[in-house]
Amino acid sequence: MSSSSLEENLLEEHKIRNFNINFGPQHPAAHGVLRLVLELDGEIVERCDPHIGLLHRGTEKLMESRTYLQNLPYFDRLDYVSPMNQEHAWCLAIEKLTKTPVPYKASLIRVLYSEIGRILNHLLNVTTQAMDVGALTPPLWGFEEREKLMVFYERASGARLHAAYFRPGGVHRDLPVDLLDDIEAWCGTFPAVLDDIDGLLTENRIFKQRNVDIGIVSQQDILDFGFSGVMVRGSGLAWDLRKSQPYECYEEFDFNIPVGKSGDCYDRYLVRMEEMRQSMSIILQAIQKIRLEDGDVMTRGKVVPPTRAEMKTSMEALIHHFKLYTEGFHVPKGEVYVAVEAPKGEFGVYLVADGTNKPYRVKLRAPGFLHLQAIEYMSKGHQLADVSAIIGTMDVVFGEIDR
Amino acid sequence: MLDEAVSMSSENLIKLDSYITKKHTESVASSGIAFNELSVTIVLSSLISFTEFLKTDPHCKFSTLVDITVVDYPNKEHRFELVYHYLSMYLNHRIRVKIEVKETEVIPSIIEIFPAANWFEREIFDMFGLLFSGHPDLRRILTDYGFKGHPLRKDFPTSGYVELRYDEERKRVVYEPVELAQEYRQFDFMSPWEGAEYILSKDQVNKESEGEK
Repeated sequence: MSSSSLEENLLEEHKIRNFNINFGPQHPAAHGVLRLVLELDGEIVERCDPHIGLLHRGTEKLMESRTYLQNLPYFDRLDYVSPMNQEHAWCLAIEKLTKTPVPYKASLIRVLYSEIGRILNHLLNVTTQAMDVGALTPPLWGFEEREKLMVFYERASGARLHAAYFRPGGVHRDLPVDLLDDIEAWCGTFPAVLDDIDGLLTENRIFKQRNVDIGIVSQQDILDFGFSGVMVRGSGLAWDLRKSQPYECYEEFDFNIPVGKSGDCYDRYLVRMEEMRQSMSIILQAIQKIRLEDGDVMTRGKVVPPTRAEMKTSMEALIHHFKLYTEGFHVPKGEVYVAVEAPKGEFGVYLVADGTNKPYRVKLRAPGFLHLQAIEYMSKGHQLADVSAIIGTMDVVFGEIDR
Repeated sequence: MLDEAVSMSSENLIKLDSYITKKHTESVASSGIAFNELSVTIVLSSLISFTEFLKTDPHCKFSTLVDITVVDYPNKEHRFELVYHYLSMYLNHRIRVKIEVKETEVIPSIIEIFPAANWFEREIFDMFGLLFSGHPDLRRILTDYGFKGHPLRKDFPTSGYVELRYDEERKRVVYEPVELAQEYRQFDFMSPWEGAEYILSKDQVNKESEGEK
């Protein structure tokens, strides 16, 4: 009997068709509110259609009706895992348009907190990826360290997450006394924690089985899908905006760019682990430099509020303070694109200013948006269980993807 | 030292600018360097060939599509300005390509050249209502299923037209027209003597949104 007549003789319920499932938005491995519509052939993914936008808050629209300073806190709410790195891009964009210089000390503090943000992000990503593939302990260890880092956030800015600490022209307040010592002390204890996580995961049989050779990204894929950050470095390309297009004062710092070899999930895990060590070395260098610096952390001028003491004595300063927090400052007409190396990749701000106190148009270029776009390509032909490993390695956070 | 590096790179940008304008005289409408960033305005008809050129030319090698976005200027004849950002990881430079399009014009999709354009073009369709020809899957991406309107257009009110609520009787989420407990507060702090030019006056916005309803 030929195969075609065999198929005809099958009863309706015996015919095999592919299985469609919804992955998320409530699935814990969906990292927030990702909804994937998966078409499965057995356990093999045939089609993967991500439905995003469940966390869309219209940030870009809201920003058009608020002043430049009022817009700053929106950046904390994009990638809420490493808030200050986003603020950094916004401040750099405004500073570029208004030609505002940043005091050296503030610049160092920005580097310090950007790197703390990077560790915050990588700790979350590495440990939750371990959880996605079955390990429960690493998140508990990682979140303990994250908590300590968020205390450093709080001591500098007053908020654990939504810091609004980087401001156009510098940083909002000077660091409190002892904070640098405490961060330095933390850097002494952190390598032991990293080694613990390392010992638990790196040579772990299950972790390797779930990650090695999964979601391989080639050089061509990087270019096709516009990848950035660890997704690029995991495949062996040493591309890092901190080195290639230095902003702030990164060119003064001595650090290495770790790169992977095979571009699979496991290599990206290794890159993130090494990046945390590199960030720690940058933090230590920054602390040494900040100790030598003395003076203001903001360039006093049009875009920056006057000091408290001055405000109490000078009428002009009081008026300036009032106007700054009501009308806000005006940004001259022009357009800029500024990108920073956020922990997830290239985070960019395209700002079109029309000379008023509000931006005419802001486009936020989130790295996760492009990474998630490639999920169909990356997961096709993989097993269903690998989808969660791939989502984990892409480091998606919906605050920035949905905006 | 830093100034030197900046002037070096701006020299390279000037070279690149003149190279591109020379190679593509008929497609480049204007070009310029501001804030050490090169931006080139081209005509819509040459979008595909120009993008191909940027990607493959050995002096450009813009291998990565960074971003596509749109800026809305409701008062202009060519209402929308498409903005493409490219990056070359090989030559370490960036470029901004701009195209002015009318509301009714259909833009050729660059998805064949840069697959990364897929979601960007969907987002533009969603947010601005511009259409791309040759896009395989031009659905809305960020807004809700069944959403009406294009939110990032300047004539779309920030509060939107509908709001969601869970209805206890019907046991499901229902859509209702937006009802604000107080007027949407849009403070205008611009000093009148600084000569602010309003993009759209409030009356115009109201008239246009009424017309849409």
